[in-house]
Amino acid sequence: MNLIQMASSVIEKNSLVMSFAVVAVMILVGNWLAGLMGGKRLGSAVAIVIGLGLALYAGRITGGSRGIADVKMLSGFGILGGAMLRDFAIISTAFGAKVEELKKAGLVGIASLFIGIAFSFFVGATVAFALGYRSAVDLTTIGAGAVTFIVGPVTGSALGASSAVVALSIAAGVVKSVLCMVLTPLVAPYIGLNNPQSAMVFGGLLGTTSGVAGGLAAVDPKLVPYGAVTATFYTGLGALLCPSVLFLIMRMIFGA
Amino acid sequence: MEVVGLGIIAACMFVGVTVGSVLAKTIGVSGDVGGVGFAMLLMVIITNYVKLDDKVKNGIQFISNLYIPIIVAMAAIQNVVSALKGGAVAFLAGGIATVASLALVPIIVKLGKFGNNGGVGA
Repeated sequence: MNLIQMASSVIEKNSLVMSFAVVAVMILVGNWLAGLMGGKRLGSAVAIVIGLGLALYAGRITGGSRGIADVKMLSGFGILGGAMLRDFAIISTAFGAKVEELKKAGLVGIASLFIGIAFSFFVGATVAFALGYRSAVDLTTIGAGAVTFIVGPVTGSALGASSAVVALSIAAGVVKSVLCMVLTPLVAPYIGLNNPQSAMVFGGLLGTTSGVAGGLAAVDPKLVPYGAVTATFYTGLGALLCPSVLFLIMRMIFGA
Repeated sequence: MEVVGLGIIAACMFVGVTVGSVLAKTIGVSGDVGGVGFAMLLMVIITNYVKLDDKVKNGIQFISNLYIPIIVAMAAIQNVVSALKGGAVAFLAGGIATVASLALVPIIVKLGKFGNNGGVGA
């Protein structure tokens, strides 16, 4: 008993190291399961799904919002999987990217950003309308949530939406990013997601940084920098467009 | 010398995110706009135009190889409970936006190719 207590206190004190060990096991299990299913290449996709499953389980038990990072022994996951190291690693993936490839998709990449934001926004707002929301503020906030889970609350608080609607917009964005991670490796062969140019368009259309990064990592890690380079502009541009131009359009249609 | 590679990534990150923050401030939104994107562009420039020592390259490659483990850790700290709790509106709004955007990828790629060819032809 004492030994277990001592071990767990050692782990709690070194939770970042613990997170390396646990992620290593998750990736080994992911590769093993992917091998069993006959798709060795999907190893990281399976590991990501395991991660999401653990986050769901931990969230239910702890009642927290940070997945397994709310479990004391695994709090190191908050650092390893947090925005700081994620951005650091995303930047490093640009090492080896070719200037010519980026130039080839330059204009389409930028166009896909605007198309992607407006498209997700109107899909989200249409769903909200179909399910009974009528005020321009509510529709805009939920539409912004379908852009990303950061754009939703940013827009909602700028427009003075109720906290219930803001929570919905966050949930819509989280659904998008989770689904993006899960679906991308499955649909990649059907949407031609196998070259730098389509990866840039993909990043611009989907835009959710974690979803794009996770999805592309599972398809082909070589494509990550191309998708990430457009996706990183998406949230900022969305936070700019949703409470301004797109809200004005909604207000013209639905009144103030 | 490997640590110099890590230092290069750090330098790209701070320059990029600072530029992104200035851009965000200029257009009046919080946070940063495309900070990581600018940092990546810097990294691309370094990759393509600066000759780096092999050990320095290994340092950058090391972090790059940690990318997938970091993404797996990131998946494990998502608020999946709230994603499921949001109910029909959240699930449909986020879900349809995702599926429809995925379907849009080949269409935009094709439009881009068409535009490029048209440009070259004209």
